[in-house]
Amino acid sequence: MKAAAFDYVRAADLDEVCRLLAEAGDEERKIIAGGQTLVPLMAMRMARPDMLIDINDVPGLSEIDDRGDQIAIGGCTLQRAVERSDLISGRLPLLAKAVRNVGHIQTRNRGTVGGSIVHGDPSAEIPLAALALEATVVLRSASGETEIPLDGFFEAAMVTNIEPEQILTEIRIPVWQGHAIGTGFNETASRQGDFAIVAAAAQVELAGDGTIARAAVSAGGVAPSPVKLRGVEAALAGRQADDLDAAFEGLGDEIDPDTDVHATAAYRSRVAKKLVARAVADAVAEAKR
Amino acid sequence: MSEMEITLNVNGRDRTVSVPPRMTLVDCLRDMLRLTGTHVGCEHGICGACSVMFDGEPVRSCLMFAVQAEGHKITTVEGLADDDGKISDLQDSFWECHAMQCGYCTPGMLVASQALLAENPNPDDNEIREAISGNLCRCTGYQQIVEAVKMTAQRRREARS
Amino acid sequence: MTEAPTLPNYRYVSRKRRTKEDRRFITGRGKFVADVFVPGMKHVAVLPSPHPRANILSIDSSAAMALPGVHYVLTGDELAAETNSLFHGLDLPNVVWHPLAVGMTRYAGEWVAAVVADSRYIAEDAAELIEVEYESLPAAVDSEKMIDEDQPLVHPAHGSNVLFRKTWEWGPVKDDFASMPHTVSYRARWGRSSTVPIETFGVVAKWDEITEIMDVWASIQMPQYQDQIASALRMPMNNVRVHNDVDVGGSYGVKRGIKHTILVSYLAKRLGFPVRFIEDRLDNMSGGDAHGPDRIFDITMAFDDDGVIRSMKIRALDDVGAYPGRAPLQLGKPMTALCGPYRVNSIEYEAISVTSNKTGQVPVRGFGQSPTNFAIETGLERVAKYLGLDRVEVRARNLVRKDEFPWKIPPGSLYDSGDFHAVLESAIKTSDWDDLIARRDALRAEGKLAGVGITTCLEPGGGNNIFEYLFNPKLEITTFVESVLIKVEPTGAITAVMCTTTSGQGHETMVSTIAGEELERDPDTIRVVHGDSLEALPTRSPVASRMTIVLGTATSNAAREIKAKMITIAAHDLGVEKDQIEYADGEFSVRGQPERKLLWGDVCHIAHKQFHRMPPGHELGLQAYSVQQVPGAGQLPNEKNEVPLYPCFSFQAHVPLVEIDPDTGKVKIHDYYIAHDCGTAINPDIVRGMIIGGVAHGVGAALYEKFEYDPDGQLLAGTFVDYLLPSAHEIPPVTDIEHCTPSPMTSLGQKGSGEGGYLGAPAAVASAVNDALSPYDIEINELPIRARDIEAALYDKMK
Repeated sequence: MKAAAFDYVRAADLDEVCRLLAEAGDEERKIIAGGQTLVPLMAMRMARPDMLIDINDVPGLSEIDDRGDQIAIGGCTLQRAVERSDLISGRLPLLAKAVRNVGHIQTRNRGTVGGSIVHGDPSAEIPLAALALEATVVLRSASGETEIPLDGFFEAAMVTNIEPEQILTEIRIPVWQGHAIGTGFNETASRQGDFAIVAAAAQVELAGDGTIARAAVSAGGVAPSPVKLRGVEAALAGRQADDLDAAFEGLGDEIDPDTDVHATAAYRSRVAKKLVARAVADAVAEAKR
Repeated sequence: MSEMEITLNVNGRDRTVSVPPRMTLVDCLRDMLRLTGTHVGCEHGICGACSVMFDGEPVRSCLMFAVQAEGHKITTVEGLADDDGKISDLQDSFWECHAMQCGYCTPGMLVASQALLAENPNPDDNEIREAISGNLCRCTGYQQIVEAVKMTAQRRREARS
Repeated sequence: MTEAPTLPNYRYVSRKRRTKEDRRFITGRGKFVADVFVPGMKHVAVLPSPHPRANILSIDSSAAMALPGVHYVLTGDELAAETNSLFHGLDLPNVVWHPLAVGMTRYAGEWVAAVVADSRYIAEDAAELIEVEYESLPAAVDSEKMIDEDQPLVHPAHGSNVLFRKTWEWGPVKDDFASMPHTVSYRARWGRSSTVPIETFGVVAKWDEITEIMDVWASIQMPQYQDQIASALRMPMNNVRVHNDVDVGGSYGVKRGIKHTILVSYLAKRLGFPVRFIEDRLDNMSGGDAHGPDRIFDITMAFDDDGVIRSMKIRALDDVGAYPGRAPLQLGKPMTALCGPYRVNSIEYEAISVTSNKTGQVPVRGFGQSPTNFAIETGLERVAKYLGLDRVEVRARNLVRKDEFPWKIPPGSLYDSGDFHAVLESAIKTSDWDDLIARRDALRAEGKLAGVGITTCLEPGGGNNIFEYLFNPKLEITTFVESVLIKVEPTGAITAVMCTTTSGQGHETMVSTIAGEELERDPDTIRVVHGDSLEALPTRSPVASRMTIVLGTATSNAAREIKAKMITIAAHDLGVEKDQIEYADGEFSVRGQPERKLLWGDVCHIAHKQFHRMPPGHELGLQAYSVQQVPGAGQLPNEKNEVPLYPCFSFQAHVPLVEIDPDTGKVKIHDYYIAHDCGTAINPDIVRGMIIGGVAHGVGAALYEKFEYDPDGQLLAGTFVDYLLPSAHEIPPVTDIEHCTPSPMTSLGQKGSGEGGYLGAPAAVASAVNDALSPYDIEINELPIRARDIEAALYDKMK
């Protein structure tokens, strides 16, 4: 399982990355950071870029930056760094929970936050948490920079809206300010550490009267892309925290799961309801503490 | 692009080799540097037999191209022994506990275990299993490996007190 | 409760000792086949067919040959013309098997061409450039349809997709069924899984034109390997030198690689330089022909009001894939323990082997015994349920009793020894069965599903494949030997030469421990080497859980012979009769006059250097070899098709506790207890590793692993993303309890343990899962039982 031949450049800075991408012409040029998703695809010759642009040495792409109402994470930040970050566990606990489910230690020691997002795996954990929290991503190319919401960034399974000449430099995740905030993340996979068959992420804030002030809920593995369950979120808002079951009834309308060698669509549908309800319940329980 | 000359720091020594960009780190270690202790099991990032220490953290060397490793510290199983060349207490515990049978996953297991103990000197069974969950073994059922890691932690505790 | 037999006070045997082999593995100094560097060697990549069944219309390798660094492209026609086809176990003259497809491809992944290049990288580039024109055809995929329905013929010249079908009857089956008040009938299905070692198969071959030797290094575990190489290449067997000192990275039966080997050997001879082929994981999962049993059992058991089973009717249908090789015989080995550890009076057994357009099957750990144990144990559960009996009690009522050994089962095998009830009791006691039930019930009260499983089963050991004769009368082979040579140098150093490969079983440790015990010399000082096939004495390789039994007994024999020789030499030199010599710890002394003695080194020196001090006519030097036949074997089946097969029977009782998440169907094994008896354990840590490692393999087969095919014959689980090997999270901590009922058949009472927990774990996990599902009246008898199967069954019930 040897990759097809390619040219390799270790980019020194962002300008070089953008220039190389802009000058691709007929060539397929891909960015490599951790390679945890890309290299297996290349080993199976399902991906055959003509050039790999290694961004691991590009300065400024691995910061975790507290910007008050949001946290900005550089695209090249290691998943392991996110896992170990006190800032993230304190201010973005949902992301902290999500990242622990990503692969295994070896995966997280090389895999990056940006890589996890641009590959568009329908059940990847980091995009799921980020999507729930209405994150935005910063995409840069030789012609400039643009910030777009993560919602809408995912097109289809393994396909995102990043253009061939763009690089994802930063993800910006809003931080909820408030007192009674809790998070819940769970997934079911064939084995622990595998791609999730179904994953659910939830963050809730409780109002003083015990109702749900706001909720952010998303599900993975239930559609070609991770799904922000806006219907469920709306149904949760204002409900008493101990009477939530009805809020999940319409969940089936928001998802479109597939059948593959790991699970049937029917299984994914049923399990999604259960796991989303559990994630919300966990978040509520945490918010109460 | 044919070959690139790179210098890798492997087990404390700088080694210069000429490799095509697509040569994986594991193939470079094995075929160019003749460090055959690191093994190939799947080449798609699941079995962990190729695990090496990369700047002190375990990574899958089948998912890295050798050219990406220039400028970093790589430690393979051949470099796990103590400075005086004697096998480490972790290696010795693996032997004492018979934490292997065919030996194929063992280098990867040692790397993962060593990294765990460096970060967490007193892991419980669950933490050990989590640390080696990215390393597949078909022989042992993992138990004697868990026991070897615990034995190492115990030996180190005793040495400290 | 019966008393355990008193065991000899061994010095080394059964004592905690480190495994010799581990030393090289912890330092990364194992010598696996991919570590073998032969100067000048070139590399092979193979081109697989994407079609389950297709005619090959044309192959154009011109673009591939033109790529710089490519030396040759081999296709099936040339290889078939220049080599003999590969062996099958059955007599199948019209089923032809070559390493590369000839005329048509019979499964998705079958190799169509092989490229030889300067590197594997270039070889893969070249393989992509080979243009093959196929005519895709409908495939034969559903095993059950092969018997009665019109299916595309996998091997048209054979005339059908049934390779073998025969029924045997041992004992008065009709009468027994007529006399029993009750029967249960059920189906148990074993999904296509395999042992999938972390190291793939690999082989390096080098042909020397001058010495006319084909050197072969391979990750091999296979009887008659050199025989088959020589036969295929049309050369005498003593032209082939297989290097048995290659460390094999796990095999558990499957490292056969005969087609890889013929391919590479042919190329080495044809091209004049060494050639190497290491399977990558994609090659291995589909084209490597290393799948395991894919078996459907339909069973009826006849029993009385007490749940004692008198008779069984078993039909076993197995799909061996496109090229059967030895796989159909995997239906035959279980005859050696066809009714499990139970006192069944008669058995009818119908074995059906079918071919399909799927990857070929290969012997897998137990050679069919684990699927059979699963099928039998499913029956025990059914009988218990039918009568409302406790599942432990029903087994206790059926187990062969301690005072009944040797016990003959209907097909003719003799169970050598055991105390099945004591081992079962020990599993129940150590697991604290009542507490497990209480924990189970507490989990159920919390709204979870939970179950406790119980399995009792046998691990037959020792080999003896005369069951093959029942499948193919041309296989009239009544030996299954293993050999060892032990020599002592003039300085006193001891070396043992074993004659085959090792794949993690610790043979060097086993042999040195036994030799050390017999000779009262420290096993750490005894070197064990693996002779190559030109040096080696007869061997049948480490299959059939046999090495400790046969190689171990051979080691005892050879060591005892050396000891006897040394006593003879010492007696002569000391001027006394042989029976006046006492030997202890390396000293040969005269009884009653301990100051008159010779030391170990003295006797060695005399034997090698001092003819004038040797007994007249006595062999010089100090060496002995033993070629050990399977104990108790050597006969052909009688007119009733009865024949004793394996000599030794290890026994296991498994007790797992599982919890199932009702929302996702995911199974978690909380605790796992296994009590086992393999007679004298030569090295306790090695035995423990086999037990626990075997349990892990069994958990994989029970819950996670399947080579899934779609209805058209495409393999859906061809990588580790889709074929799920259990990690440290999926395997529970295992408590193993050891017993020792020595075997009367071996030198030190040892039995086999190499197949270990694999023989009972699938049945035990299924038992626990079904106990968890029993409150809902759900039973799943098809392995693997996956989360989605459980969740779907629960959902269907709840609707």
